[in-house]
Amino acid sequence: MCGLAGICHINGPGKISLNTLNRMTAVLRHRGEDESGIYIDDHIGLGHARLSIIDLTSGTQPIHNEDEMLWIVFNGEIFNYPELRKQLQDDGHHFYTTTDTEVVLHLYERDGLKCLSLLNGQFAFAIWDSSKKQLFLARDRMGICPLHYTIQNGTIYFASEIKSLFMEKEIHREINPIALDQIFTFWAPLPNVTAFKNINELEPGQFLQIDENTINIKKYWHFPIPSRNEHIDPSPEELTEELTHLLSDAVRMRLIADVTVGSYLSGGLDSSGITALIAKQFNHDVQSFGIRFEESDFDESPYQKQLASFLNVNHKELLISNNDIASHFSKILWHAEKPILRTAPVPLFLLSKLVSENGLKVILTGEGADEIFGGYNIFKETLIRKFWARKPEDQNRADLITRIYPNIFKNPLLKKTLIKFFAQGLDKADDPLFSHLIRWNNTKRIKTFFSDDLKKEIGEYDCIDEIRQLIPDHFDTCSSLTKAQYLESTIFLSNYLLSSQGDRVAMAHGVETRPPFLDHRIIELMARVPSVWKILGLNEKHILKKVFNGILPKNIVDRPKNPYRAPIQQSLLAKNTSEFIKDMLCETEIQKTGYFNSKKVNSLIRKLNARKNINEVDGMAIAGILSTQIIDYQYIKNFPLTQNSPFKPNLMIDHRSDHRFGNTGLFAGKQ
Amino acid sequence: MDYIEDINKFIIENFLFGDENNLEKNASLLENGIIDSTGVLELISFLEETYGITIEDDEMVPENLDSMDNINNFLKKKLNN
Repeated sequence: MCGLAGICHINGPGKISLNTLNRMTAVLRHRGEDESGIYIDDHIGLGHARLSIIDLTSGTQPIHNEDEMLWIVFNGEIFNYPELRKQLQDDGHHFYTTTDTEVVLHLYERDGLKCLSLLNGQFAFAIWDSSKKQLFLARDRMGICPLHYTIQNGTIYFASEIKSLFMEKEIHREINPIALDQIFTFWAPLPNVTAFKNINELEPGQFLQIDENTINIKKYWHFPIPSRNEHIDPSPEELTEELTHLLSDAVRMRLIADVTVGSYLSGGLDSSGITALIAKQFNHDVQSFGIRFEESDFDESPYQKQLASFLNVNHKELLISNNDIASHFSKILWHAEKPILRTAPVPLFLLSKLVSENGLKVILTGEGADEIFGGYNIFKETLIRKFWARKPEDQNRADLITRIYPNIFKNPLLKKTLIKFFAQGLDKADDPLFSHLIRWNNTKRIKTFFSDDLKKEIGEYDCIDEIRQLIPDHFDTCSSLTKAQYLESTIFLSNYLLSSQGDRVAMAHGVETRPPFLDHRIIELMARVPSVWKILGLNEKHILKKVFNGILPKNIVDRPKNPYRAPIQQSLLAKNTSEFIKDMLCETEIQKTGYFNSKKVNSLIRKLNARKNINEVDGMAIAGILSTQIIDYQYIKNFPLTQNSPFKPNLMIDHRSDHRFGNTGLFAGKQ
Repeated sequence: MDYIEDINKFIIENFLFGDENNLEKNASLLENGIIDSTGVLELISFLEETYGITIEDDEMVPENLDSMDNINNFLKKKLNN
């Protein structure tokens, strides 16, 4: 992957500050330290920080088409580019690099907006059409690669990360209260929303086309949720065969690179399956990387070890202590650019560092399988509660809930009380948000820590009501599982797992993660498969287990899903936690930023320090409060706007008419 | 002896973080979103630690734990024994 940035005057020529463009690009250098490039003319400036993966020698960006009318800066990978390139060559297009980036540019030249539907990949890019004076931005279907923008006074600024936009001092930096309301309910902001006012994120599967007269922002792909009557009905054998083929192809494509590709291995089904496919079909000697935890409740290393020796892969593990989490929490927030209610991105930040230290830049991951194949407990919980809602008095139905949460129901006699918790909303089983309301209503209790001022700014806004407006019209015709998968995938997967816990913490160390399960062919196939092949009885990811049956040890296939989590209060509030964290949470700082009620925050900290049995909501509260404080500190109060790091692009293309190289504007070349 | 005040104070401090408790004494704490599935465990350890009692497995039922009245009556019974 890479980092891209740009400034475009929509309403006609104007001065583009090369200095600002340089700084916008320089601040993204962690995303690509190999090379950098700039294109500038009288309307637009494009900046690019490159992580070289395909065509290491001649792929310097920005890249142009034959007549140099179209220019592109690109982040990500197009996995089917060899086929597309061949078609384009047959159509008479000429290439000067062997990159996937150049393929996208020619495809856009040939097909315009329609090019997006032909791409299989993870990407965010900007194409400048210098003859039409038109800018085109697009983002991949699931939102694996980020792209932010803001339109201010006739100028659009865009960049992979928000910090790049803030390098323009005219762009105001202010926390968005609506985003806080969303994060403190859904664990992530909604699509298009960022933690900052007036800064937008292009949605997954969305493009933006803008010129002097029009702005066209549209989704070209929607997360598929077919109605029940659009389901296909393959036999489990047919489905297993089709998936085995697709998954193997998805992995094959994602191994395409001119550098070595590794894999993450947690010991769970998904990453084990991906690693096994690589090791057995493509690269016996693949390097895998896994996390171990000092806190045994979070550790999965015995399974990792078993898998690594079973597959005979070259496995490296990283032991994470509570202290590691506390000491890197603020660093990952600089990359995540939004408050988080968890600490789980920290170990992945440290793991990408290990990957980078081992000389690798590309990693395949198991991300997405739980959403697409029905792995999460919330899906099983939904099916059980739906079944239970039809006979709320039936004790046997109620008892099913205890089977999916063995940890919560450790004490069998506490059962009756806890079951009451899951009985909430049983009378509203037809609510389109039925699957997630318990979770969201429970999480949003932490809004109690919001200050009166923040509450006033949020006003009447209700983020759960907003979801009701956003769900597709035919939502009601979908199965309960489909609805739950949609909510989980479009909110939590795209805006947290692939972002704060995905791209951002990997790219912090110049590592690109590629999740084969999120190949759109797999998503589209699984969307049309009846729920029963995803969750059979209470057996999650039923069909995926069948796919992996032959290539993984039985105990790995059969083991119950263990969610990936990391300690929160044990690390953030440990006695030896950093002075910085203590400062960020002290009464004066809480009052100074003004987002939270300092008295309540004090009570929470006292409680967390005094008690052993901590409920999860309190853990989320302290992570959310601390991360908001840190984001405010890093991005509002102490943003390094004036920091002047030396930046000299490897490629500088200057087409400005009044430039010192003359009016021809044809100076182009490597410096 | 009545324990309602102690219980109310515990709920305000631990689950409402200082907000006023507007709940009826007989209202369900779980259904009204005051405590969640893990919050029940907090409530139990509070009762055990504060009153020096051991709550037996068969006592951990909503009838004893899921409203201020229920907790109060349960404590009275338990402490009188």
